[in-house]
Amino acid sequence: MIRALALLMLLALPATAQEVIVAGMSQNRVSITADFDGSEILIYGAVKRDAPAPEGGPLEVIVTVEGPSTPVAVRRKDRVAGIWVNNASVRVDSAPSFYAVATTGPLDHILSDIDNLRYGITVERVIRAIGIAEEADQAGEFVLALLRVRTNEGRYRVLEGKVELTEETLFRSDVVLPANLTEGEYKVRLFLLRDKRVIASQERVIGVRKEGLERFVFNLSREQPLVYGLLSLVLAALAGWGASAAFRLIRV
Amino acid sequence: MQLYLPIAEVSVNAFLILGLGGIVGFLSGMFGVGGGFLITPLLFFIGVPPAVAVATGANQVVASSISGVLAQLRRKGVDFAMGGVLLGGGVVGSALGVWVFGIMTRLGQIDLFVQLSYVIFLGLIGAMMFQESLRSLLRARKPGGAPIRRAHVHSWVHGLPFKMKFRASGLYISVIPPALIGAAVGFLSAIMGVGGGFILVPAMIYLLGMPTKVVIGTSLFQIIFVTSFTTVAHAVNSQTVDMMLALLLILGGVVGAQLGTRVGVRLKAEQLRILLSLLVLTVSIRIAVDLLVRPSELYSVAGVLP
Repeated sequence: MIRALALLMLLALPATAQEVIVAGMSQNRVSITADFDGSEILIYGAVKRDAPAPEGGPLEVIVTVEGPSTPVAVRRKDRVAGIWVNNASVRVDSAPSFYAVATTGPLDHILSDIDNLRYGITVERVIRAIGIAEEADQAGEFVLALLRVRTNEGRYRVLEGKVELTEETLFRSDVVLPANLTEGEYKVRLFLLRDKRVIASQERVIGVRKEGLERFVFNLSREQPLVYGLLSLVLAALAGWGASAAFRLIRV
Repeated sequence: MQLYLPIAEVSVNAFLILGLGGIVGFLSGMFGVGGGFLITPLLFFIGVPPAVAVATGANQVVASSISGVLAQLRRKGVDFAMGGVLLGGGVVGSALGVWVFGIMTRLGQIDLFVQLSYVIFLGLIGAMMFQESLRSLLRARKPGGAPIRRAHVHSWVHGLPFKMKFRASGLYISVIPPALIGAAVGFLSAIMGVGGGFILVPAMIYLLGMPTKVVIGTSLFQIIFVTSFTTVAHAVNSQTVDMMLALLLILGGVVGAQLGTRVGVRLKAEQLRILLSLLVLTVSIRIAVDLLVRPSELYSVAGVLP
């Protein structure tokens, strides 16, 4: 009975959604090794249709890549007694450590405000800053500053026109992950749009993990901090002693 | 060659770090200082987070001090009794410093706190050293030579209780002043990521009246243990010691230090002191400028605990 129902649902799904995304990625995990210097991920796919393409505006594609979110403090420097010090501060509940939006065209031409709000597509809609208006005057300035600082660091990117769409069927986009990546699950979302409305979407995950020596060092520092601290000392002592011994040998 | 630092979570050029360690090592070998006061600000400039720079700087000082103390041990330049008293104070001061460091990080004022400490202490010590060495340089030029300095000047220091005999230094003084000096240096070590030799050495000579031949060795002895304690305390408390970064700095540093020592012996003591004081003043002014000039970006973003 349940199996039959599941089968029915499977059959029913394509009928309700006329256009469906079939997507793939060049890799679904990124390893941060000692020589990690950023990574490029190819996100590609096709639009599957059971019927001819529907009437209406042209098909558009948006791809977002979102790093793990954390609460952050945004601080503003002010001149106090002649020197510049962190003065006012605002806490933002949740801001992604990395966010890239790649599109087939200018965002305000292909996406309506309502669907942007509903699906949380641009980074402004992903950042959660509830109740910050009470924390400081001009709290909006702090959120703008957060966007500006992270954009300058290469953490937030808007790549308009960087999704290639061929024959309204095949699409591809390259997203560059920077070298200062944070570990965690990176959420990849793909949206198909017509007439500024989302008609289909899909989600994938890229796992970003430190590997090898990086993994070992990082884990040790978090799980056995005392052992880690002592090991750092032993290494320092060995290096200090070794170098002076080596140089004495050379001198003799 | 790019290298991803596991704790700092930034990708840096490995040769840049090796070179940095080498240059600082060269200077520290030439002037006989630990070099922590140069390493930590330089790490700020290349984008290592301040908390990581301070903790890793302390780790680097351990290595350079061990390398230095071995040479001093061979020429019997370490007063273990005095080192022990300084160390006792140092551990207390360092623990206090790590605690304050944690509070300042939570308040978002750690950068300012570290920068102000650098400007004030480097500025003061640099100015004092510059004035002192300029005076002795001028005096050396004049005929008649240097005035005679008395070995033992009795002051209020000698009236304090808990007196102890320090055989290697030839002193019989209270343990309170050295313990306090040790504590002050330990505190600075924890918040500035330095060994504190630039404060310890003048304090030992001018405040405690120790003979010069045991000053360097004893200060290195104390610095090894205090910076070791600081390293472990930061590793446990804030997990900010980056082993890989430290190792690169140390490798570059020890090679540079050996070369620097050779250049150092060719220069006159007064010239060395003037150069060192100018270097200290330059670092202090460079950091002061950052505080005084309006920054191009007034806002900063930092991760906080949920």
